Amino acid sequence: MPNHRVSNLPYAFVALGVLCLLIGSYLGLFVAPPEHYMGDVQRIMYVHVPTAWNAMLAMTFAFAAAVMFLFTNDWKWDARMEAAIEVGVMLAFLLCCQGAIWAKPTWGVWWDWDPRLTTTAVLLFAFAGILALRRFVDDPVKRGTWSAVATVIAYADVPIVYYSVRWWNSLHQMQSSPATVSSAFHLPLRLNAFGVLFLMTGFIMLRARIASLRLAEEIAPPPADALGELA
Amino acid sequence: MIAALRKELLLQWRTRAQAVAVFVFGATALLLFSFAIGPNAAALREYAAGFLWLALLLSSTLTLSESFHAEMENSALEGLLLIPASPRALYYGKAVANAIQLIVLGIALVPVMIVLYDAGTMRLPTLLLIIILGGAGLSAPGTLYAAMTSQIRAKQMLLPLLLFPLIVPVLLAAVKATSLAILGDPMEQGRAWLLLLVAFNGIYWSLCGLLFARVVED
Repeated sequence: MPNHRVSNLPYAFVALGVLCLLIGSYLGLFVAPPEHYMGDVQRIMYVHVPTAWNAMLAMTFAFAAAVMFLFTNDWKWDARMEAAIEVGVMLAFLLCCQGAIWAKPTWGVWWDWDPRLTTTAVLLFAFAGILALRRFVDDPVKRGTWSAVATVIAYADVPIVYYSVRWWNSLHQMQSSPATVSSAFHLPLRLNAFGVLFLMTGFIMLRARIASLRLAEEIAPPPADALGELA
Repeated sequence: MIAALRKELLLQWRTRAQAVAVFVFGATALLLFSFAIGPNAAALREYAAGFLWLALLLSSTLTLSESFHAEMENSALEGLLLIPASPRALYYGKAVANAIQLIVLGIALVPVMIVLYDAGTMRLPTLLLIIILGGAGLSAPGTLYAAMTSQIRAKQMLLPLLLFPLIVPVLLAAVKATSLAILGDPMEQGRAWLLLLVAFNGIYWSLCGLLFARVVED
């Protein structure tokens, strides 16, 4: 099961991601024009929106990995699920922090009970709970199955939470995407989106490698000499 | 499934002291919430629905985490899996029994809420329907998670950690609907919240039934 051919692909992704983020953020901070109403504050969009897209992507990948693990019982999906949940939780946390930084000067509050904000927070807590569950289960088979089941259940909750909070309360501006923002903002937004995407892919691959190695160690038979000492 | 349900209900009847203790816990929680607001009758009445559901939610973690107690002793769960009944029947029996227990608890907490917060209502059938749907909504994922967490250490901590984020829609919809039943519903919004509860129940009663076999068999 352990993969002996250690590829450098994840490092290439990380390097490419950092490069894209550097160029994209430079363009976003110094080249792109300030937004008409919000001024320079709006420049946080160049990291906020890419983080949002990729956080959702990481969670979706975790859900896909959970479904694959439940159907195939292949350990590599367990490792990928663990990696994607962890990276997704990190991105969702960053998303909440960036959102609060953007919200204070524009909405006047750090936090608002808006559907997307609240859904992200609920998702963050739900997936952090699954990470905690994984820490407390020692048997790898149970850990894999249970966390996959919990991931499927938590992911199915996302649309329900979103619509219930939307009926309850709403204030967020329309989702920003290249279609809804002026063309001068396109290039830095796209570059940063791919930057975060590459960085995330690299991180998930590296983290999945760690998870597989740890799992291989857990389920490996004890070394022969240890058995010899017992006999 | 009927046999599994009978077994659960019988067990719950035999351990009714525990249900009474959970009720006292819920009533105490209702009492404590009013101290957070202070003796302001209007505010208490306005927040009564939220307090009722928070009290029920907190009590539900006690009920749910205890619900697999009997199975964990003497590894009775393995024994149950050996009998020629599908794990799905076991799940639905357990989940329905838990739902009934939560609904009874919810109904028992309503008079406490009315007395403490002066939150009387004439729409008792609506309130009953909300409590049935809300209790069922807590029980469906709660029973599945209880099956997992009862087998590990730190179960008292992990069950709420996993369950609370998940049941945010149930809490929102039940609180809104109850609040409308108490304070009046001029815009007829209550129906939409009830539909949301129905949808949540539909999704999780089917999804958790499908996934339960994997949780107990592996």
